[in-house]
Amino acid sequence: MTLVKTKIGRRAFIRNTGMAGGGLLLGFNWLASCKMTPEEVSALPKEWFELNGFLRVGDNGMVTIMSPNPEIGQNVKTAMPMIIADELDTDWDKVIVEQAPLNTDIFTRQLAGGSQSIRQGWESLRMAGATARQMLKNAAAQAWQVPVAEITTAAGVLTHQASGKSAGYGEMASAAAALEVPEEVNMKSPEEFTIIGTDRKNVDGPKIVTGKPLFGLDVQREGMLIAMIVHPPAFGMTFQSADFDAVKAMPGIRDAFHLIAYPEGAERQWSDGGAIPEMVAIVGESTWQCMQAKKALRAEWEAPELLESSAYHEQALSDLLNKAPEAPAREDGNVDRAFRGAATIVERTYSAPYLAHNTMEPMNFFAHVTPEKAELLGPIQTPEFLENTLASVLEMPKEKIDIMMTRMGGGFGRRLYGTFAVEAAMISKKMQAPVKLVYTREDDMSQGTYRPSYKIRYKAGLDADGNLLAWHVRSVGTNDGRVFENRFPAGAVDHYRAEFHTLPTQVTTGAWRAPTSNFIAGVENAFLDEVAEAAGKDPIAFRLELFDRAINNPVGDPKQNDYEPERYAGVLKLAREKSNWDAGAPSGLSRGVAAYYCHNSYVAQVLDLEMEGNEPRVKKVLCAVDCGIVINPLSARNQIEGGIVDGIGHATYSALTFQDGRPEQNNYDTYRLIRNSEAPEEIETFFVDNGIDPTGLGEPSLPPVQGALANAMYRATGTRYYRQPFVGSQQEQRIIG
Amino acid sequence: MATFTLNINGTTREVDVDPTTPLLWVLRDHLSLVGTKYGCGIAQCGACTVHLNGNAVRSCSLPVSSVGNQEVTTIEGISEHGDHPVQQAWLEEDVPQCGYCQAGQIMTATALLKQNPSPTDAEIEMAMNGNICRCGTYVRIKKAVKRAADSGSMA
Ligand code: FES
Ligand code: FES
Repeated sequence: MTLVKTKIGRRAFIRNTGMAGGGLLLGFNWLASCKMTPEEVSALPKEWFELNGFLRVGDNGMVTIMSPNPEIGQNVKTAMPMIIADELDTDWDKVIVEQAPLNTDIFTRQLAGGSQSIRQGWESLRMAGATARQMLKNAAAQAWQVPVAEITTAAGVLTHQASGKSAGYGEMASAAAALEVPEEVNMKSPEEFTIIGTDRKNVDGPKIVTGKPLFGLDVQREGMLIAMIVHPPAFGMTFQSADFDAVKAMPGIRDAFHLIAYPEGAERQWSDGGAIPEMVAIVGESTWQCMQAKKALRAEWEAPELLESSAYHEQALSDLLNKAPEAPAREDGNVDRAFRGAATIVERTYSAPYLAHNTMEPMNFFAHVTPEKAELLGPIQTPEFLENTLASVLEMPKEKIDIMMTRMGGGFGRRLYGTFAVEAAMISKKMQAPVKLVYTREDDMSQGTYRPSYKIRYKAGLDADGNLLAWHVRSVGTNDGRVFENRFPAGAVDHYRAEFHTLPTQVTTGAWRAPTSNFIAGVENAFLDEVAEAAGKDPIAFRLELFDRAINNPVGDPKQNDYEPERYAGVLKLAREKSNWDAGAPSGLSRGVAAYYCHNSYVAQVLDLEMEGNEPRVKKVLCAVDCGIVINPLSARNQIEGGIVDGIGHATYSALTFQDGRPEQNNYDTYRLIRNSEAPEEIETFFVDNGIDPTGLGEPSLPPVQGALANAMYRATGTRYYRQPFVGSQQEQRIIG
Repeated sequence: MATFTLNINGTTREVDVDPTTPLLWVLRDHLSLVGTKYGCGIAQCGACTVHLNGNAVRSCSLPVSSVGNQEVTTIEGISEHGDHPVQQAWLEEDVPQCGYCQAGQIMTATALLKQNPSPTDAEIEMAMNGNICRCGTYVRIKKAVKRAADSGSMA
């Protein structure tokens, strides 16, 4: 047990939400229309009592837990309530989970991004559960006239051993809800957890496999119209004119107009990055009618002097890569002199293309804006920021704006940028009607907030014994050029320089699952493999030597380094042991290794493959992960597996290219995504059990696997892979049906 | 516009729509059967998979006018209580991440197992290759298909 305070100064972490007398609470639920079975209805309590914003207890002991953060498939909707339920000390099968709406008074950081939901929610979620448990105990102590310290809880039951009294949470819920929030509460220590650390199935699983309406695209309302957009066909183009009348005459079309989603002077948030301020909106009665009108629309667009093509990006990035930036991001020792004295120098350049997010559910949002209020419902990773933008573009106070989150058909960073919700709101306002804005796949892929394209050059100097003397990395990216100068091998090399340039482009970019790491991790691991080979050392042993250096005799101030070398080396050693690395690759297979640190977690992977023609066929990926306490191992493994498939798929097959500002791929016939037969046959995950507070899990398995893959492909083919995608978009005709 | 009488999940439904409207949008917009998903609209991703007389088809590329009186089954219709062996296998393996593609995956898997109750790994991959899962749940999808096949209740 640890005693924690529920407030610091005047800031309360947990508060009663002012339900008068702890009375009946009827949650608004847009899914209320989906029918419950008679058993489900009879299991419901007659009254709910809200103990704090995160949870309410029913008179029959059922507990409703609000999941505060947006669900994009990272499974926080199961994991976050598990944390609350554990501290509450209730049975998991008595828990109903509900998606919380945006409410900045109760919840902090209602955002899905950066793999931070669990890490940053950890304390407050535990406190929410522990506080409610304490209030139930206090209520029982009053009712039974016994000291509260003598009351114990387990599985939703309060017990006073000495007097033999006991009661379910439901019996004390009404009294507890009327009590003050205690100033201090006890939280469990990790060995007392009963739900955290156990396999729990996805709470939405039964609804998903039966096709219940869960997603933004599934929203339907009385009188709702469908809206679609036609955006400029090329990045850099702006709207000139369109033949609206012809389109308006088409069946089912209610309106077509020039849409200014962000009026002049509108206050933009970072989450409005990539917004196209002007486009055409088409509003109609059905999706198909809107799609037909979109195709028929004749519009003129104004082109700037330069429309960017991939050849331009390629050339401009290369030119930048050859220039030294004004100052390095980090420099240790004397790099130039060290290279002059090196026995061996390895220098390699790597590149990767733009990538689209391609969430399976295209962008969409429901909006109903009236002069009195704005109601928004849909898939968004950043509801809080959206609210700020809406207040500005709609010129409406925030109190009048309600935002509800649906389950999201994937995020990967795309839904951090809620410009589609702003568009939906502006269209609804103009139409004075409820509308659902729907992007077609083509809109979704060609409007983008893409993963930037990159080039990077590494140079390593070795002494005659194969020790790493000097390291120089220079990175350039479109609208991005971070180099993570304080990550490994910073601190492990005497002479070290990391630097970057940014190439501003018209093509809009943004966060894409594991931003920048999704490029750097793969190429850094590919380069390390080549350097280890030049040094005549085993790739794991070579890395471990460097970690030893960072542990025992770090270069520079170790606090500056953005990683803990012990934990980094730890996952690598675990992967070596579990994969039986020292015995070599299984017969007939080729093996590659990689390790990376991002989102506060450590991952090492050993990948086995064979080549089938020029395509890798991955047999197995073994993955060692240190992300601290694992809340739900069943879904944690799912995240790891998904990241691995995602990383392999994009490094092998996917690319978005441009011709005169137009994306050359706009659907899955030209943009290749990994498919079932191309996924690894097996993925095995091992978690380091160290009781450290939880860290990120949704992203860290993706970045390094691209390096493990490149290294294994090299072992199989004798060719190093410097350009992503390794194979490209030439689809093999494996698809049937 | 024209009137069509459709046989969907064992019941007769009537819609008045443009004959070129794909079955997908008839299901979603006109019949509120939103379990069938839109992913690409060009028969590439499988999110919209339904059964037509028991065969898996891409409803996004099937004009309503060509359906006639063939039996249409959607994810809402493969079992009454969500307990079809394939649905159960999906829950057992805890397959979904975002969940968006899974209705289509399940529809393809059910059609496969009906025609071939004990498929080989290669046959599973071939059949499931038309269904993209952007979250990368392929490893679990394969396991779930095998589990459903092994349960024997598909024969
Ligand atoms: S929506 Fe029909 S196959 Fe993609
Ligand atoms: S579970 Fe998200 S696309 Fe398959």
